[in-house]
Amino acid sequence: MRVFKLMLKNALRHKLRSFLTILGIAIAVLAFGLLRTVVTAWYSGVEASAANRLITRNAVSFIFPLPYAYRDQIAKVPGVEQITYANWFGGVYIDKNQFFARLAVDAKTIFDVYPEFIVPKDQFEAFQRERNACVIGSDIATRYNLKLGDLMQLEGDIYPGKWAFVVRGIYRPRDKTTDATQMFFHWTYVDEQMKQEMLGRGGDVGWYVIRIKNPDDAARISNDIDALFKNSRAETKTESERQFQQGFISSASVIITSLNVMSFVIIGIIMLILGNTMIMSARERTLEYAVLKTLGFSSGHLVGLIGGESLLISFLGGGFGLLFTYPFVAAFQAFVPKGWFPVFYVEFVTVVLAGLSALLVGVVASIFPIQRARRTTIVEGLRFIG
Amino acid sequence: MAALITVQNVSKSYWRDSFKIPVLKNITLEVPEGEFLGLMGPSGSGKTTLLNLVAGIDKPDTGAVVIDSTDIAKLGESALAKWRSRHIGFIFQFYNLLPVLTAFENIELPLLLTPLSKKGRREHVETALNVVGLADRMHHYPKQLSGGQEQRVAIARAIVTDPTLLVADEPTGDLDKNSADEILTLLERLNKEYKKTIVMVTHDPRAAERAHTVRQLDKGELT
Repeated sequence: MRVFKLMLKNALRHKLRSFLTILGIAIAVLAFGLLRTVVTAWYSGVEASAANRLITRNAVSFIFPLPYAYRDQIAKVPGVEQITYANWFGGVYIDKNQFFARLAVDAKTIFDVYPEFIVPKDQFEAFQRERNACVIGSDIATRYNLKLGDLMQLEGDIYPGKWAFVVRGIYRPRDKTTDATQMFFHWTYVDEQMKQEMLGRGGDVGWYVIRIKNPDDAARISNDIDALFKNSRAETKTESERQFQQGFISSASVIITSLNVMSFVIIGIIMLILGNTMIMSARERTLEYAVLKTLGFSSGHLVGLIGGESLLISFLGGGFGLLFTYPFVAAFQAFVPKGWFPVFYVEFVTVVLAGLSALLVGVVASIFPIQRARRTTIVEGLRFIG
Repeated sequence: MAALITVQNVSKSYWRDSFKIPVLKNITLEVPEGEFLGLMGPSGSGKTTLLNLVAGIDKPDTGAVVIDSTDIAKLGESALAKWRSRHIGFIFQFYNLLPVLTAFENIELPLLLTPLSKKGRREHVETALNVVGLADRMHHYPKQLSGGQEQRVAIARAIVTDPTLLVADEPTGDLDKNSADEILTLLERLNKEYKKTIVMVTHDPRAAERAHTVRQLDKGELT
């Protein structure tokens, strides 16, 4: 028999109480993991931003377009390496609940500026050749069981009409944070259609994406670009891709902050749950600790015994919580409407944070009972009536 | 025979709220090695306090408690804990076995503080169980044992490290007559056959009869 066995037996002395405590911790860790994952998903666009990419949009609002004619002027700004552009197409695929980004892009340059979208060479060439070709993310292909050559019919809203695209490429994400739920097709195809069918709607792009040579020049280049169009009918606002993405989520910052705070409040709740259990257990065992001291066990032994029990319970709860976090996050993703969170996975840092939290909870919850056990003299302990 | 225990001019008081209650008043006592001493006296006379001082689980306000040449009143908490594990076997009135451990594991507890191997510990525990006649109950939990059997397990726990001194606080106080007789006979055996020095606090005159010497305490003074 070792002291560990005594610790284990103590932890399982009140099976129902221990089970409920472990369950409480597991649920709290699971909730912590889910909330952190949601926050991470919210920030995924920001995290995936490249330091060497700038976005130029209409200074009034993102929803107002910019003239296509700006492209060549921007390309000439010193420090600009490559420029591409895109338009938010919107539209409906199958039904309105099927949400994913559909973008009319410059087919020639889009994948140069976004190297994290990996398209096989033959598929890229096929995409270039055909005006109504499209490239879709691998997640979209999986979700709708689409293969190369399949037709995707979109019902236009911003760009009215029925739009048919042939899948000629399926890109796979280079990184875990890369969004694999987008659809790209030729801007020229959409623009030509619009020019023919709706007078005055052609020749505009939604935003420009600029790859720069040196990220340190970002501020200067941004200023230079915006200066070009000062006092024009469509003034521009140029910012880093990270700032651009942050602008998107700024409106939800209160919610995100709340989620962040809640995730840490949950850690506090776990501490209270386990602390309460440990205090009750230590109080009930006051006499036993006095007996152990009488037998020659030191305060250090009691620290190990109580702290170990607390850590054991918190690790069991934390372990089960983490174990169930993965299937729960997957179920959550399946439950929320498709496309809400294009990048949704449990980050390693979330696992580390949950593990450290479990460790912290185990340590903190044992402080009070350890202090009590240390301070109670043997004589007081032997007289204790629980 | 040389004194194993020397209690010299020991006083001890407790505080109850703002009242100082003297429990032991200038006690001096010598107990030779191999003695079986009974301490008797009315409730509140200071018997258990004196026993606690001798066992090193409490400290006097003044005076010295010398056990086998060590003034234990001067030892720090950690040193005193080590000293207790080597020199004291404590037998409680209510046995105080750990309910989650079997008889074997309860007896093994003090041995966890020694460098003995698992095999060595097992041998010691089995020897102690044979001495108290409970070898067949080693895997039983305290709740599966009678009061007398629990006390015998507690005695086995007290003797398993072969301590210098056995201290017993009302060891028969919670037992029926037959069980009490068995326990007292066992203590007598430990004293006679194994030469254990025993200090026993008791209210029971029949228990005191088994001791070689009986000292009376009254209002904190030896009479």
